Amino acid sequence: MAAKKLTFEEAMARLEIIVGLLEKGNSPLEEAMTLFEEGTALMKQCSKALDQAEQKVSKLFPAGDGSPVEEPMEEMES
Amino acid sequence: MKYPVYSVTQVNEHVKSLLDMDTALSGLFVRGEVSNYKLYPSGHHYFSLKDPEGSLRCVMFRRDAMSLRFRPQNGMKVIAFGRVSVYPRDGAYQLYVSTMTPDGVGDLHAAFEALKARLEAEGLFDEAHKKELPRYPGRIALVTSPAGAAVRDMIRILGARWPMAEVYVVPCRVQGAEAPAEIAGAISWVNAQDAADLIITGRGGGSMEDLWCFNDEGVARAIYASRIPVISAVGHEPDVTIADYVADARASTPSNGAELAVPDQNEQYGALRHMTRRMGKAVERQLGESRARLERMGENRLLRDPMTWVEDRRMLLDRQQERLGYGLRALLERERRDAARLAASLDALSPLKVLGRGYTIAKGPRGIVGAVGDVEAGDELELRVSDGSIICEAKKKMKNEKGSRPVLPEGL
Repeated sequence: MAAKKLTFEEAMARLEIIVGLLEKGNSPLEEAMTLFEEGTALMKQCSKALDQAEQKVSKLFPAGDGSPVEEPMEEMES
Repeated sequence: MKYPVYSVTQVNEHVKSLLDMDTALSGLFVRGEVSNYKLYPSGHHYFSLKDPEGSLRCVMFRRDAMSLRFRPQNGMKVIAFGRVSVYPRDGAYQLYVSTMTPDGVGDLHAAFEALKARLEAEGLFDEAHKKELPRYPGRIALVTSPAGAAVRDMIRILGARWPMAEVYVVPCRVQGAEAPAEIAGAISWVNAQDAADLIITGRGGGSMEDLWCFNDEGVARAIYASRIPVISAVGHEPDVTIADYVADARASTPSNGAELAVPDQNEQYGALRHMTRRMGKAVERQLGESRARLERMGENRLLRDPMTWVEDRRMLLDRQQERLGYGLRALLERERRDAARLAASLDALSPLKVLGRGYTIAKGPRGIVGAVGDVEAGDELELRVSDGSIICEAKKKMKNEKGSRPVLPEGL
């Protein structure tokens, strides 16, 4: 398996596949243990992503030429 | 002096005639906001029209109301045409409304229905065209006013549910004549920049005129053309705008839009925990099955400890031999005696001894010769005698007659 970091969505999808495979119980024991390890690692990755998430908010609008300009969102006022 | 004392009816009749005689009051347009609206079982509509300073009682009879192309609602701004007179029964004067239209932008409702029908016929509302919302959007664009409660609520709810999503507020006006172009422009621009995985567009509640920009054809087409999925989140339930029909998903309010846009992180935690449990159980079960299989194999003693098996067999044999032991010895004794006698008689019958008594053993091409049929004339024969063999040739064969005895050589 490539060491490339999966997105949250990809990680969740792979995790669901692994759970399905393990519940089917058709894999030889050796393979099942490998899948379990992979699944545990993915679960940790997803939990960590949820734990560490901090919302980022900013204003986004086009400059004169249409290119994007990002600015912090000012304090909310009514 | 006698002052006149009038009856109530007289007073009312008097007022009525005064009003009925007034030209202005016999047919006029009145602008106001509908309030206290009530539709009676008779089919007559009763309401008031008000402005900041006062209010005017109105009635619209069923026959006249049939021409209405909209349903009067409290808060609606209208222009009513009718006459003012008195209803003698309760002494109140009121406006007898014969026709009524929404105030401001002409017949808003008719325009709405017409546009809706046209866009629907073109296929802009088709289910097949609607895109699925991304399950875990990474970037969300809010095409809305940067001020006001709506955007605040959306940001707050998105932050509580799914802080992982980056939120971009793409500011635009959400009411007035300039709003439609800004909303449509913002949606197109976000697509052009590929700046988000999901767009939420909308605004807080308001009158039909306030929300009118989301009924704009340009906005509808921009939403339809958007490659990025769009959630429309306009006003309050039950306001439904054209944008709601075209969008990939419709929310009842801006807050509801934020709820539709992202999962709840608490639920996601729960799902992760549940999957971990399922994995653990599955592996446990598989380990258990493997262990059970090994146990069963272990019960086969040959596999578990071959030497034990062999020892067991040996012990068994020993015991069997012991049991036989006494009987066997007796048997062996008897047999030894018999064997000696047997050996003597065997000895006598041994082919070698027979040869010694004058018999020969003849071997032909087809083996030992025991009968005339085993040999053909001319066959080479080997005669075995006690001290060697003689090679000879069969000259003739003669079969004995039936019943005769074998001929013995002389001397025996």
